[in-house]
Amino acid sequence: MYENSTNIPAVDVGALQGGVSSTATLDDEKIAIEVKNLDFYYGDSKALKGIDMVIPENRVTAFIGPSGCGKSTLLRCFNRMNDLIDDTRIEGEILLHGQNIYHKTVNVADLRRRVGMVFQKPNPFPKSIFENVAYGLRIQGINDRRRLAEVVERSLKGAALWDEVKDRLDDNALGLSGGQQQRLVIARAIAIEPEVLLLDEPASALDPISTLKLEELIYELKSSYTIIIVTHNMQQAARVSDYCTFLLMGELIEMANTNTLFTNPQQKQTEDYITGRYG
Amino acid sequence: MKGWFKSGSPWVWLSAAAVSVCILLVVALLGLIAARGLVFFWPKQVLQAHYQDPSGGSYRLIGEIQDAEEIPAGRLRESGIELPGDEDSYTRYLIKTGNRDTLGMDFRSVLPDFMEKVEYPAGLMVVERREWGNLYGYLKEVRENGQTVAQGDSAAAELQRRLERALELFGRIRHIEKDLIGSINYQLEQLRLEERRLDLGGDHDPASRAAIEARRKDLQDRYEELQKERNDLFPQLNRDSFTAEIMTGQLVEVPLAKVVRFYFPNAMGPLDKIGHYFGKLWEFVSDEPREANTEGGIFPAIFGTVMMVLLMSVLVTPCGVVAAVYLREYARQGLIVRLIRIAVNNLAGVPSIVYGVFGLGFFVYFLGGNIDALFYPEALPSPTFGTPGILWSSITLALLTLPVVIVATEEGLARVPRSIREGSLALGATKAETLWRTVLPMASPGMMTGLILAVARAAGEVAPLMLVGVVKLAPSLPLDGNPPFLHLDRKFMHLGFHIYDVGFQSPNVEAARPLVYATSLLLILVIVVLNLTAIRIRNHLREKYRSLES
Ligand SMILES: Nc1ncnc2c1ncn2[C@@H]1O[C@H](COP(=O)(O)OP(=O)(O)O)[C@@H](O)[C@H]1O
Ligand SMILES: [Mg+2]
Repeated sequence: MYENSTNIPAVDVGALQGGVSSTATLDDEKIAIEVKNLDFYYGDSKALKGIDMVIPENRVTAFIGPSGCGKSTLLRCFNRMNDLIDDTRIEGEILLHGQNIYHKTVNVADLRRRVGMVFQKPNPFPKSIFENVAYGLRIQGINDRRRLAEVVERSLKGAALWDEVKDRLDDNALGLSGGQQQRLVIARAIAIEPEVLLLDEPASALDPISTLKLEELIYELKSSYTIIIVTHNMQQAARVSDYCTFLLMGELIEMANTNTLFTNPQQKQTEDYITGRYG
Repeated sequence: MKGWFKSGSPWVWLSAAAVSVCILLVVALLGLIAARGLVFFWPKQVLQAHYQDPSGGSYRLIGEIQDAEEIPAGRLRESGIELPGDEDSYTRYLIKTGNRDTLGMDFRSVLPDFMEKVEYPAGLMVVERREWGNLYGYLKEVRENGQTVAQGDSAAAELQRRLERALELFGRIRHIEKDLIGSINYQLEQLRLEERRLDLGGDHDPASRAAIEARRKDLQDRYEELQKERNDLFPQLNRDSFTAEIMTGQLVEVPLAKVVRFYFPNAMGPLDKIGHYFGKLWEFVSDEPREANTEGGIFPAIFGTVMMVLLMSVLVTPCGVVAAVYLREYARQGLIVRLIRIAVNNLAGVPSIVYGVFGLGFFVYFLGGNIDALFYPEALPSPTFGTPGILWSSITLALLTLPVVIVATEEGLARVPRSIREGSLALGATKAETLWRTVLPMASPGMMTGLILAVARAAGEVAPLMLVGVVKLAPSLPLDGNPPFLHLDRKFMHLGFHIYDVGFQSPNVEAARPLVYATSLLLILVIVVLNLTAIRIRNHLREKYRSLES
């Protein structure tokens, strides 16, 4: 779709950059996550090769690249979602605020509370809207109805969904539209106040209007969360992210300020990709 | 023609035909059972005729036509009946003449060609009795203590009035005997066991002995009181009787204590008949059996069947679900799990009687025997759990139906989308929390499907039950007012076994045959009701946990 159009550099990315100047570099940022020499294997096939990168705090970082290049795989390393897939192996380190999340002593459930995730396809539980948002709290043993109601309201407001659902919190969440469901799962994720929010192509199943709303929401959330978003839509990356990472065949090709990456890519492959020379 | 073949319509027609055949068969089966079973309760006309027996002699015949069949003349001649004509075959009626006490048998085969003066007099009375089956005859007198109090036209009304009184008295006596005295007997037995427990435990504390003795004394006093009350009621119950003239012309006197109901079928209008019909139907489903199960109702069997199936469901669901969860969610998928799956699937094919044998050998004798030795030594040598009973029956059937529950639950688990599990895990839930809060509820329609299949199979199963707990006539229900209320050690009655027993083991097969149909119909109904309930619950769950369209 979009990535085939060749007029990407014409997008006025600077105008959409909230807070981060178009010339800022990663050296100016506080670091939330540091990835050191990360290799990842599905069985024998190596999906990530020697990834080294930093993720700045309270910024939106986008992963772009052709499909199958390993964006989701890398993203899922940050909350150890790949642990659930049999026969996978990881080498290297990922430090979240200096602590290696793959260390033996790390409790995976605790880690996932700190690193929330929203998936490509909205996946609300077949429960009421209220219970969907309260799910993470109930897992933590919080069952006080008043406390839950407070958090549910705050999270739904945070996800810009409150006004649309406040009168039907007890309805089944599956009755919501796709865009609403995606914002619901974001509300569900932020209800447990994670430090990092991982979004894996959150808009790919949505219509243009819902996509726009979602992008506005990401912009809002940036002040409180470190956000990593995977997208194969470069315009979207340009619109919502502060920093942008280009991956190709499991390797990190280039990471820079979004504006810089789109207007002045340093690598030949990056340029080829953003001008539409890859599928 | 070729085009027609190519279009595929022959196959469509073929499948349609196959489906129609199946539906027709089901309808025919239900129709036959329903027709035979339901007609049984409709009051039949009672005929009176003069019968010129071809094998000699002649007599007055009174009775209901139960059955008619066509018999070749040759076969009749072979059995020693002299037939004058030269027809090839004769119709033969099976007439229910009742009056087994005087005639010696209930049924008689007669050839209608030799019946004369067939009529249906309005004065013919049918009396259902607690013993000796029906009486057919003419009401003559109603008596009180042997003195005639009514005869002629007023007799029927008087009989009705006095019968109501007798039934009321009978009900009171039965209440005293079954409920009150039964309960006291139960408590006395508990006391005896308690005392024996003290003996066995080497406890010689005189205080506890005295307490038991006091309670026993108390119970025995109450027992005697009740006994006296009951004995006072008996003469009242036996006060009235009536006399009737039966087909042989003999006058028979029947005490009202032995009468269930009487009616004049030939004089009944359609409304009376409908009332009579529903009365009988109600008696059938709500009453206890009489006369070796060939009369009365089958309530204990319905109760036993339903209770056994419910117990089985309670037992099989958790086991099956836990097994399925382990196999699907936790076990390392490999050779061993594959072998276990094959074993589970093959278990479903083991003949049910084998389960019965296993249940008898393992549950009843081994488990039950050990339970008795450990927990009920005071009752030995008479066994408590070391004998067939409803608990062992339920467990045996739970074992029998375990495979379907496991397989269906596994399918339900497999249908829960990966994205939902990941969504839960990503929120910091552990695997167990994810299972408990999200996956299992979403798999519950699958579990219910398994349970539906299990119930359908278990409710109709008879063979293994004969080994592990079913009886022809159970003295008390497994659920009653005596603590601990639920008596899992008791034997119970079952509709399926009831059919077998009444149809094949009863002394009076002819009389019982319609009951077999009626009981079969009821068994089907019970299974349908149990299944519909489960299906409704499943549909409700499906609606609730409608998973994401993927
Ligand atoms: N569960 C899996 N098992 C084996 N290989 C996988 C699995 N998931 C992804 N891969 C492979 O890893 C590579 C990266 O996939 P992914 O991270 O999903 O790419 P992207 O999200 O960038 O489209 C692809 O070549 C894909 O085929
Ligand atoms: Mg992906």
